[in-house]
Amino acid sequence: MTFRDIVPIIVLITLLAFVPVFITANTVLNFLVFTLIIALAAQGWNILGGFGGQFSFGHAAFFGTGAYAAALLQVRLGINPWIAFAIGAVAGAAVGWAIGYLSFRSGLRGSYFALVTLAFAEVLRILANAAAFTGGAAGVLIKLDVRPENFQFESRGAFFWIALALVGAVLVLTRWIERSRFGAQLVAVRENEAAAKALGVDTLRVKLGAITLSGAVTAAAGCLYAQYFLYVDASIAYGTWISVEAILAPIVGGLGTVFGPLVGAVALHGLSEITKLAAGSVPGIDLMVFGGLLVAAVAFAPEGILGLLRRSAQAKGAARHA
Amino acid sequence: MLEVQNATKRFGGLVAVNQASLKAAAGAITGLIGPNGAGKTTLFTLISGFEKPSEGRVLFEGQDISRDEPHVRARRGIARTFQIVQPFAGLSVLENIAVGAHLRHAKRSDAMARAERVGQRVGLGPELEKSASSLTVAGRKRLELARALATEPKLLLLDEVLAGLNPSEIRDIIPVIRAIRDEGVTILMIEHVMQAVMNLCEQVYVLAQGRIIAEGPPADVCDDPKVIEAYLGAGAAERLKREKIHA
Amino acid sequence: MYSPAIIAEAVVNGLMTGAVYALIALGLTLVYGVLHIINFAHGALLTAAMFAVWVVYEALGLDPYLAILPLTPLFFGMGYAVQRFVIGPASHGNDSNILLVTLGLSIAIENALLAGFRSDTRTLNTDYGFQIVEFGPLLLSKPRLIGFGAAISVTVLLWLLLSRTDTGKAIRAVAKEKFGASLVGIDVAHVYAVTFGLGCACLAVAACLLMPTFYVNPRIGQAFVLVAFTIVVLGGMGSIPGALLGGLFIGVVESLCGLFLGDSLGQIGIFLIFILVLLVRPTGMFGAKA
Ligand SMILES: Nc1ncnc2c1ncn2[C@@H]1O[C@H](COP(=O)(O)OP(=O)(O)OP(=O)(O)O)[C@@H](O)[C@H]1O
Ligand SMILES: [Mg+2]
Repeated sequence: MTFRDIVPIIVLITLLAFVPVFITANTVLNFLVFTLIIALAAQGWNILGGFGGQFSFGHAAFFGTGAYAAALLQVRLGINPWIAFAIGAVAGAAVGWAIGYLSFRSGLRGSYFALVTLAFAEVLRILANAAAFTGGAAGVLIKLDVRPENFQFESRGAFFWIALALVGAVLVLTRWIERSRFGAQLVAVRENEAAAKALGVDTLRVKLGAITLSGAVTAAAGCLYAQYFLYVDASIAYGTWISVEAILAPIVGGLGTVFGPLVGAVALHGLSEITKLAAGSVPGIDLMVFGGLLVAAVAFAPEGILGLLRRSAQAKGAARHA
Repeated sequence: MLEVQNATKRFGGLVAVNQASLKAAAGAITGLIGPNGAGKTTLFTLISGFEKPSEGRVLFEGQDISRDEPHVRARRGIARTFQIVQPFAGLSVLENIAVGAHLRHAKRSDAMARAERVGQRVGLGPELEKSASSLTVAGRKRLELARALATEPKLLLLDEVLAGLNPSEIRDIIPVIRAIRDEGVTILMIEHVMQAVMNLCEQVYVLAQGRIIAEGPPADVCDDPKVIEAYLGAGAAERLKREKIHA
Repeated sequence: MYSPAIIAEAVVNGLMTGAVYALIALGLTLVYGVLHIINFAHGALLTAAMFAVWVVYEALGLDPYLAILPLTPLFFGMGYAVQRFVIGPASHGNDSNILLVTLGLSIAIENALLAGFRSDTRTLNTDYGFQIVEFGPLLLSKPRLIGFGAAISVTVLLWLLLSRTDTGKAIRAVAKEKFGASLVGIDVAHVYAVTFGLGCACLAVAACLLMPTFYVNPRIGQAFVLVAFTIVVLGGMGSIPGALLGGLFIGVVESLCGLFLGDSLGQIGIFLIFILVLLVRPTGMFGAKA
């Protein structure tokens, strides 16, 4: 990876960093922070699903682990929230490795892998919902104590910047993956596992690397969620909603691309706000549209929004040459 | 270089490879021929590690590698092609080859440079930027060869890389294979195209119903009555001889 | 310690629930066995069927058991159309696409129901909902006993359909070797759609059997679908007897786990079995090949 590879990322993140300067409305910032959290979770999914072709239906397992770790470490053990945040990401990596080790070593792939990840997330949800340590069904409340060293801020802008910095860091990480041997081998595993093996790729190790990174990134999103909303319960942290969001954004944006998850998350949540405005407060209407969109994306735009943009740019270029 | 000792592979009740032994001498091209379903590809999967032998051993450079995983064997220097081609369909030809090149080159730029050289060499130069899925049959066979070659192997296992090619394509690729050998790569090849076998191989093994039934220089092996019968059925050698006498 | 009578009752209750589970799993395993896809929309379709039962009861006063007659063909037709005109064309024959398309469908259906019916939980007030049948020392719920009998009968019917009729033969031919089947003139897309329709028909029957003793809300399908996946994996993907045995087994496991672990942890037994089976023996416990 060279410096030139990350110039577009730096430019984009710098531009976005000015947003809170111009927009100070709380509702808009709220929307943006939430969208960035989703984008981060989706970036995590994209490393494993987009580059590695292993479709997890249970990324809630990582998101929830991050969220609970961040909340419980500070509430129960009095650990500084910043440190709790870091531990939360590491915990996500560990859960990722463990689930990956169990399932990849047994040779699970395709729908079987999707099912087993779903089941792991459900087990964690049931446990978190039942155990006393996690606060049971009542969940965990993080005490309001607005101090920067406490990872709580007066303005939502600060949160926006932190979320943006994390998203930017993962953009760079993903770009590195794209340009590295690890990435080449990961994509090879996605395309054809037997051929990859024949070329000396240790497919188990590569997949484990991907799910570990993936778990860490999605867990970081969970930590951020807990810190922003100061509340976690089992159906938020380990609920299927976040697994679905994490799958949808990369597919709508562009599977296995660096910017796909971010583009997809922004597009989906923008659309969701619009449908809510149009349809009033009917529950579920936005998700209904998401579901339809997923089907439509698979049917008509398998390369997502980025693929459509690229194709229309090529068409324009061709028209100009003609 | 490579030695297979009494290898047997059973799939349930079916014995696909039965007590087969062979040697591939360093720096030579060794052929493996035999009728359809004889177990040739299965023997390759035992050598490359995709299946483990039910009995017997595989030795590479004197070491027992029978239990090693495929990627470990690739690192040791064994590369294989697939009879049923297995391209990375979503990637470009160059990226396909680069996956192989990455085995010995960690840096992306080194691997790409190496991949490009290998691609040129097997005649894929004009196609490097195209999607692998857009290649013709001949192109895909070349891609199999290029990827394997990009891993810089000591032993190259070629599984019917000439099948499905027309005579002029075969004529083009035979010198490429010979040149690879001349660089010191040991080659073991499965081939049905007898012209190529006669042309390239120093030593040939014949597999029929899982057993090695003959070995030797290609010309001798082709005259062996056991081999003729294996291909044409029982009594065929007798018939041929009688026909020759009558003629 | 629990007395043997309580445990026996839990087992029998588990068997009765298990038979309906089996019926739900049957649709899933049939679709898997023929189309080789995992239909993630199965749970949402079940929810839709349960709402349909509720609607015809509230609006037309149609008894849930009688509702089997119109709803089964209706859901068959709907399933046929969904496979033929949505899943088939949208997935371009690619497995991971199918996975995503059915996931998208499930999200869309579930949330359409949420938008239409809101998140309230609804029940039917039939006059037989709480009737009891004495069975030796056991007191059994009458509607659940009916459900048990009906679910087993439908399983047997489906089995006969597959093994005795021409349609069944075509379905089995496509399941074994779709290319060969297309060569002998079988319309594969049609057979796929028929199979998917049959899967949905099973759901309609299951919904009618469930509703007299159960409730419905837009998310209810999720709970069932995970159980159904477990059964299908346990019984061997694509195996009908496997689905029946698996369903009965899971029903008993759930009932006993609920008894010993309490309601909130009771479900976990199912998922742990699920994960273990997937990791250790993804071809299923009853020997059927995947
Ligand atoms: N994974 C497997 N499971 C079961 N049987 C197998 C498997 N692989 C190969 N066989 C069987 O083993 C026998 C040998 O097959 P193999 O592919 O090795 O033959 P071959 O000599 O390469 O034939 P061809 O010239 O057609 O490529 C065949 O009967 C085949 O059906
Ligand atoms: Mg072969």
